[in-house]
Amino acid sequence: MMLPLVRNRWFGRVMAPLCVGVLVLLAWEWVCRAWAIPAYLFPRPTAVAHAFMDDWRGLLWALWSTLRVTLKAFVASVALGTLVALLFVQSKLIEISLLPYVVLLQVTPIVAVTPLIIILVKDTETALTLCATVIAIFPVISNTTIGLRTVDPGLAAYFRMNKAGRWATLWRLQIPGALPFFMAGLRISVGLALIGAVVAEFDAGTGGRSAGLAYEIMQASFQLDIPRMFAALAMITVTGLVLFALMVGLEKVLLGHWHESSMERET
Amino acid sequence: MNAISETDVPAVDILSAEKVFANGARGLAPIQLSIRQGEFVSLIGPSGCGKSTLLKLIANLIEPTDGKIFWWRGGFDRVGSAGRRLAFVFQDPTLMPWAKIDANIRLPLDLAGLDRKAADRRVAQALALVGLTDAARRYPRQLSGGMRMRVSIARALVTEPNLLLMDEPFGALDEFTRNRLDEDLVRLSWERRLTNVFVTHSIYEAVFLSSRIVVMAANPGRVFGEFTVDAPFPRGQDFRNSDRFAGLCRDLSDLLMQASIASVAA
Repeated sequence: MMLPLVRNRWFGRVMAPLCVGVLVLLAWEWVCRAWAIPAYLFPRPTAVAHAFMDDWRGLLWALWSTLRVTLKAFVASVALGTLVALLFVQSKLIEISLLPYVVLLQVTPIVAVTPLIIILVKDTETALTLCATVIAIFPVISNTTIGLRTVDPGLAAYFRMNKAGRWATLWRLQIPGALPFFMAGLRISVGLALIGAVVAEFDAGTGGRSAGLAYEIMQASFQLDIPRMFAALAMITVTGLVLFALMVGLEKVLLGHWHESSMERET
Repeated sequence: MNAISETDVPAVDILSAEKVFANGARGLAPIQLSIRQGEFVSLIGPSGCGKSTLLKLIANLIEPTDGKIFWWRGGFDRVGSAGRRLAFVFQDPTLMPWAKIDANIRLPLDLAGLDRKAADRRVAQALALVGLTDAARRYPRQLSGGMRMRVSIARALVTEPNLLLMDEPFGALDEFTRNRLDEDLVRLSWERRLTNVFVTHSIYEAVFLSSRIVVMAANPGRVFGEFTVDAPFPRGQDFRNSDRFAGLCRDLSDLLMQASIASVAA
């Protein structure tokens, strides 16, 4: 009857949350209609869908602009963050000297720095990428550093006993051991890269030098086109979800065969 | 040329080696012990008697506070050359979870820089020795505890050691699995003329495996007595079922009881 359907893994993972989403949308639609809430206050889901259909080319183009910045920032964060983490574990002195500045980067509100970066960096997209990178890099650095440090003591002793050099230890022990931590860092980082890109676009948008989804949201709000605003917002959210799902998938591919976090439960 | 032949050279000579830990605790009182090549020596005794410490001294994982240890009549730098290789098996299998079984066994050869082809050949041999050829492409988490321990032993054997040091390697396994691994170990040691130093808590295991058992006592850690098991090798299930085996276990048990009484702090 119902039970085998719930037990089905595919149904549980995909259908159950989807049902919740549909129910919420239906309730939302019904409330808006029942109380006759005007679209400029709080638009119905169908109105948002209409707004999307009216100019899906323009919105998708804006999404592409935001996505470009997000992906560039993410790649830069992963590359630079990993490099910094590798540097940190090479010597305690390097870590002690640099860590305060990494933390400084993290605690400084990016909204406050973005205008400065946009003034300093001529190319808008480069400026936006820079802002998003500043936000997205921290989890990569901290997670990878912890991962490289968290080495199974038994294996570490074994490597020492076999007179393994620094590179062999790094390559064969520390890096594979750090992979689960690294992947957890990527999950957080990819979301932050998107948030960073959007936040930077808001800042840049006030100077009229942006083309992303945040700019669309601002334009729509000036024109009181609230359904379009919601449509752009929904696109950002969906993009974030997709990016997160991609990271989870990548984690499964890389770690699924050996790490507990990615293992399917055998029951 | 030496007057004595190479096989008469003791694998390990411990000359009044003692160990005082950094916190001032006396881990080992000066110990005098010589291990001949081809011997299977078990270290047994109540907890705190320093049997693991003694094993680590022999592995050069720690250094004695005082006294000397010789390997084949030389310093530790002699270890590693042909005929003088040493391998250590820990209490845990300590395998790399991200690497397949064959890659785990190849690790010491990779670290030594052996070329891939020769290494793979030796890995295949080691896998066959411990009966895990079919598991080569699996991951450690797909194996049982006993199989993982076999992998750990294969990783030690792949380096073709002459001196095999094991620290309670089967302590975490059920008795049935332990007995089977003990039988395999006795056979392998016999076939390969291995010198073994084996730390254990089990009287039966010690008697089954050893040619000589060193009984230790605690407070401070020291050698309390020695016990010779003069049953022929290789040994199997019939030795375990014999009256001789039962008698030896009884005698060793008595000696251990005395050692534990002597271990009570003054």
